[in-house]
Amino acid sequence: MSTKEQNGTRRLALVASKGALDEAYPPLILAATAASLGWEVGIYFTFYGLDILHKDKHKKLKVSPIGNPAAPVTVPTLVGALPGMTKASTRMMKKWLDESNLPGIPEFLDMARDNDVKLFACSTTMGVMGVEESDLIEGCDVAGAAAFLDFAADADVQMFI
Amino acid sequence: MTQDVTVAQTLDLSGLLCPLPIYKASIALKKSAAGEVVEFICTDPGSLEDFPAFARQTGHELVVAEDRGETQRFLLRRADTA
Repeated sequence: MSTKEQNGTRRLALVASKGALDEAYPPLILAATAASLGWEVGIYFTFYGLDILHKDKHKKLKVSPIGNPAAPVTVPTLVGALPGMTKASTRMMKKWLDESNLPGIPEFLDMARDNDVKLFACSTTMGVMGVEESDLIEGCDVAGAAAFLDFAADADVQMFI
Repeated sequence: MTQDVTVAQTLDLSGLLCPLPIYKASIALKKSAAGEVVEFICTDPGSLEDFPAFARQTGHELVVAEDRGETQRFLLRRADTA
């Protein structure tokens, strides 16, 4: 039974599996919006998505031009592999974000925590990638897939990003 | 249509893109008293779809939704609950 049927509150369950700057925004935007609608929200950060919860890495997520034909700096793949191209792509994306008055990832994480969005940190990813709980921002729940599925099972909307 | 509505507060959300207009509208309405009407001015064309959806999801009453070309204007009456 969905949380809507149980207590009148909708629930959103997201999986954030990617750690590039442009890929970190969609789950955080959906989470902020759902919270504004009065929904309960949980995000399961797994594999590279876990970088979004990393104390240091979330402040310097990048946009790669490699294998990304939509990258802000459009160059042939081999040129994209040259030193500095990821930096250029990232800088361009950050400029667009700034000009659009869109907050940075740290601000979006604050918005999520202010609204009691559950931030699940995938324990398997932590084991595989050698991430300690102390490497993560405050307010995360270290959890395995079962805990997330238990949360997602009652969700009205579930998405994998 | 709007002459007998008393606006308690106006929030200028110009220059902000999703999710910020809805995010800030939600905070403003939470802080207002039940039954109070808050006015929102937006420049995100998406807000024309977003504010009615926001009202449906939260129970706040959408009193006015107005497309003024460059800007969009909304009046929302705060729900008793939510």
